[in-house]
Amino acid sequence: METLYVICVGVLTFCGVFLCLRGRTFSVVVGLTMLSYAVNLFLFSSGRLNLKDAAILGMSDSYADPLPQALTLTAIVIGFAMIAFVVILAMRARADLGNDFVDGREAPDSDKFIKPNKDKI
Amino acid sequence: MTVHLAILPILIPLVGGLLMLLPPFAGVERYQYRRVAALCLMLAQIGCSIILMLMVVQNGAIMYAVGDWQPPFGIILYADQLSAMLVALTSFLGLGVTLYSFAGSDREGKYFHPLVQFQLLGIYGAFLTNDLFNLFVFFEVLLIASYTLLIHGGGKQKTAANVHYVILNLIGSSLFLFALGTLYGITGTLNIADMSQRVAQLSESNQLIAQAGGSLLLIVFGLKAAMLPLHFWLPRTYAAASAPVAALFAIMTKVGVYCIFRVYTVIFGEQAGELANMIQPWVWPLAILTVIAGTVGALASQNLRTLAGNLVIVSVGTLLIAFALRTPEATAAGLLYLIHSTLVTAALFLIADMLGQQRGKALDYFVVARKTKQQALLGVLFVVAAMAVAGLPPFSGFLAKLVILQAVTGTEQKIWVWSVILISSLITIIALSRAGTTLFWRCTPSRDASETPSVSKWQMCATFLLLGASPLLAIFGASIIDYTNNAAAQLHDIPYLIEVMNLEGDIQ
Repeated sequence: METLYVICVGVLTFCGVFLCLRGRTFSVVVGLTMLSYAVNLFLFSSGRLNLKDAAILGMSDSYADPLPQALTLTAIVIGFAMIAFVVILAMRARADLGNDFVDGREAPDSDKFIKPNKDKI
Repeated sequence: MTVHLAILPILIPLVGGLLMLLPPFAGVERYQYRRVAALCLMLAQIGCSIILMLMVVQNGAIMYAVGDWQPPFGIILYADQLSAMLVALTSFLGLGVTLYSFAGSDREGKYFHPLVQFQLLGIYGAFLTNDLFNLFVFFEVLLIASYTLLIHGGGKQKTAANVHYVILNLIGSSLFLFALGTLYGITGTLNIADMSQRVAQLSESNQLIAQAGGSLLLIVFGLKAAMLPLHFWLPRTYAAASAPVAALFAIMTKVGVYCIFRVYTVIFGEQAGELANMIQPWVWPLAILTVIAGTVGALASQNLRTLAGNLVIVSVGTLLIAFALRTPEATAAGLLYLIHSTLVTAALFLIADMLGQQRGKALDYFVVARKTKQQALLGVLFVVAAMAVAGLPPFSGFLAKLVILQAVTGTEQKIWVWSVILISSLITIIALSRAGTTLFWRCTPSRDASETPSVSKWQMCATFLLLGASPLLAIFGASIIDYTNNAAAQLHDIPYLIEVMNLEGDIQ
């Protein structure tokens, strides 16, 4: 179970970081969402993974740590609000700046600028 | 009442900010009501923070267990001399910002004053909490308020700067949670005092994980504090923000610096066994490079707001140098510098805005433009701010830098710190005098200036308030240094913290 969990968190983080490094706000927003999913899973696992254990003392032989569950809940709520804000901000930036590049303009080393007269040649 | 004093600075802006969203204060045309309410709230916060400071000096640090859940389990607020001092500084800055916004920038949107209150709530909380996850929550509170304050008023420039700022800080928040998860998984606690005890007793393999978590935290705090190489967002963001917001943001980088001081003195400080002072070899070169980067940026700035933004970076670098020296004396010197640099850079943003109002389209760019209407007033304000920020006597900058230089021991450290701080001060003077000559002396033949608006009394009042603190800091220097010495000694005294938290004997 641990291996599967680790791979899930790792792949999510990898995708999140990769998408955050893209130049357009849409992929960055998706990347931030994935990163926050990964971090929620990670935070949850900090109380150790165990099955069928109640978070209440005396209900079972061993018990689960309730604190990471509370932390994850808080992190989910905060992360949700932040993602909502960044989505609205990205839409506002699309309207204000006329494109969806993170820098507000296309990168000068993009194909369009390197080969401006491709059609004519 | 005095029992709950430690939580009052958090409750006042929370309740006040929420009330300002409700009917008697809501609505575009009710802005006068909101102004009165904001002013009352700021005065209440200043009064409360001063009482808190006096109480802490008299009776020692206050531990406040929220919901009476005792440490190490509950969320603990902890007000020592350092926290109380920073809360008082923030409320004072908040008053200046609120007064300045009365001149009109609070009418660009109807939620300005509530947002400032929420921003202050987050900052007070970050200063007062003694729980790492609670620190994260207060960081998010102050961040989401700052996102909206930054874009307040709207416009292309603000939107573009805000996209960067928000994305960077969201990634920072994710890293913060990764670091917290790592540290909690290893130590089983989030209470800073408790963690400082547990870190010393980790097994060797766990130490490595704790080191990874601690280093991740440095990235997060470094991003907030604008430490090189995480400082690139700052000048653009601060230059885009409206003047009162930029002035309020002057304390935000200091929140990051404060967290570095707190976490790496208490958790990974002297008593942490193998992990003692683990980030010091990193912070030392980064601090010096931050000062250099800020100075070069100041020299290259095209307008006064960007220049002030770069001076914020210089101040962060100087504070990190004070941190990297790792002695209580250096910390005390850093705290004095922190008070000075926050107030003076905030004043510089306000002056840049007033200049911009009177120079037409040229704003505060260093180009030949029409003469300002109130040349003498703005000139004097600028000269005072420039002298204070560059560290010339008789203002507080001189005193603060002198104390930092005095706190350096060891020949090799002296060579580095003295040369970097002094040369950066010299270059700052050059950059500021170049800025001043262009802004005030290279003018186009003056036209009729009657249409140019004068500086409003609110703006003047706020700038005098913030700038007036600089000579006062120098005049009452001895007693303030006395206070910061005590605050630094208290910060470095971990057994005292453990005692206040009732955690002795907690570890078997």
